[in-house]
Amino acid sequence: MLPIIFILPLLQLVILSNAATFEVKNIKFGYIDNDRSSTSRALIEKFNASTYFNVLTDYPTQNKASAAMLRGEVDVVMEIPQHFSRNLQTEQHNTLGIIINAIDGAAAGVENVYITQIVKSFNKSIRTDLSQISDAQIQPITIETIPLFWYNETLNYKTFMVPGILVLLVTMITLFLSGMNIVREKEIGTLEQINVTPIKKSQFIIGKLFPFWVIGMALLSIGLIISKLVFDVPMVGSLLLLYLYTSIYILVVLGIGLFISNFTDTQQQAMFIAWFFVVIFILMSGLFTPIESMPRWAQLITEFNPIKYYVEVMRMVMLKGSDLMDILPQLIKTLVYAVVMNGLAVWSYKKTT
Amino acid sequence: MSKSKVIQVEGLTKMFGDFAAVNSITFEVEKGEIFGFLGANGAGKTTAIKMLIGISHPTSGKATVAGFDVYTQTEDIKKNIGYMSQKFALYDDLTVKENIIFFGGIYGLPRKIIKEKSDALIKELGLENVTNQLVGSLPLGWKQKLSFSVSLIHDPKIVFLDEPTGGVDPITRRQFWEMIYKAANQGTTVFVTTHYMDEAEYCDRVSIMVNGKIEALDTPKKLKEQFQAESMNDVFLELARG
Repeated sequence: MLPIIFILPLLQLVILSNAATFEVKNIKFGYIDNDRSSTSRALIEKFNASTYFNVLTDYPTQNKASAAMLRGEVDVVMEIPQHFSRNLQTEQHNTLGIIINAIDGAAAGVENVYITQIVKSFNKSIRTDLSQISDAQIQPITIETIPLFWYNETLNYKTFMVPGILVLLVTMITLFLSGMNIVREKEIGTLEQINVTPIKKSQFIIGKLFPFWVIGMALLSIGLIISKLVFDVPMVGSLLLLYLYTSIYILVVLGIGLFISNFTDTQQQAMFIAWFFVVIFILMSGLFTPIESMPRWAQLITEFNPIKYYVEVMRMVMLKGSDLMDILPQLIKTLVYAVVMNGLAVWSYKKTT
Repeated sequence: MSKSKVIQVEGLTKMFGDFAAVNSITFEVEKGEIFGFLGANGAGKTTAIKMLIGISHPTSGKATVAGFDVYTQTEDIKKNIGYMSQKFALYDDLTVKENIIFFGGIYGLPRKIIKEKSDALIKELGLENVTNQLVGSLPLGWKQKLSFSVSLIHDPKIVFLDEPTGGVDPITRRQFWEMIYKAANQGTTVFVTTHYMDEAEYCDRVSIMVNGKIEALDTPKKLKEQFQAESMNDVFLELARG
């Protein structure tokens, strides 16, 4: 069992950290070149050179391009208008038509940003070319794509995701282990034997907590080593602070697990309930989607989500180097949560029915 | 209230909804006695035991075990009793030695005593060769003997045995009863349930439970006279058939 507990999550860490990225690559790109000039070819060449776009297809008409998008052969279609090249030299404005398959809205947004960047850089180079041709009349030329927003180019997704995924793994393993535990003893009958001994309820719960707490801390340690060695995630803040917070955080999760375990009669029930919470906690943690964009009621729910605080603290300490004062609000909330959950765990453990 | 009465039960009842699993039972058990608690499956034996050992609240009635009340002093009762359930309940994934140390620790015995006890116990049970083996890998008979010994580790005043010899071979059963006699000779009261009527003959006194009620309670000899039966088996059949 012990190897399973450690190897599986760490394998997940390595796989998921590489896979769970918002970067969009291998975009299937098509174009309709109505201009057929050296300028339009230069623009297309820019896309060709980009690592994000591949499979450049030339469509003769917009209808053909639309049909191709319908069949899923192309994600992005750029339409270069007639007189594109001429307009560049004579007009101050020029337009490009971009069609993006936006079924996956997030990916579409990212694709849009890539396109904007390429067009911008093309814009710059063209301007230099033009200024060489006619020194006398330098005119600012702009090429517009319709939506405009800036993007943080330097953001490395792995740095961003690895701490978050580590949080998930520590949480899931400790929650499932503790959630299955007491109920398993109910099933095999050893709990009854414990219940006829004079053991105190708090002693019993502490005895249950401790081994899982050690496992959780060990998992964190190995995960941190992997994130440093494999992903080169920086550790800007204090390691000690991270451990301090985690040591309290794990108690929250274990308290929830033992509480579930006390209330259920079979491991199956416990598993279902544990999954219920894990899914809600993960999807409402701000790890994959920003909490700020959730509706008000959902934001209220996230206040009770321990994973949310852990993700925040992990990112703050590891990436921003926050100190004790910065994470104090999260620390206090987590501490209160730990006391409440473990109180409930002790309370819900009934030696006499 | 005689001091030698270690279990006193009066009108003890446990209801599950409208169903009376244990219906107003009354009896007393004396110190050092081997008390056989018989009954067909579903007669309410296990429910009755669970109330006496403090893991199930009675619905009504009175009972004291080792002088402590089953409503208010369950934790005191637990310090003074041992219990062996019909389902093997030591930890399969701990070794023989670890189980002994674990339960010794729960009863708050000092390390030194646990060490002495576990050595003596392992020797007595002849488990020297398997002390570091997982309990789960032992044959059932050995497990049951170990389980009984562990339930006596803190020298309880009373030990409750719920079908301790179920599924065990005749030789082991015999050895088991020798262990029970030994414990009783040392002053431990033994409260035992069984389905084997030959075992019932070994008890000092026997009660027979039918549908939640105690229908007969006396020494095996007197019961046989009362029902004009050859053996306890006949007595049991007579009562259980109704």
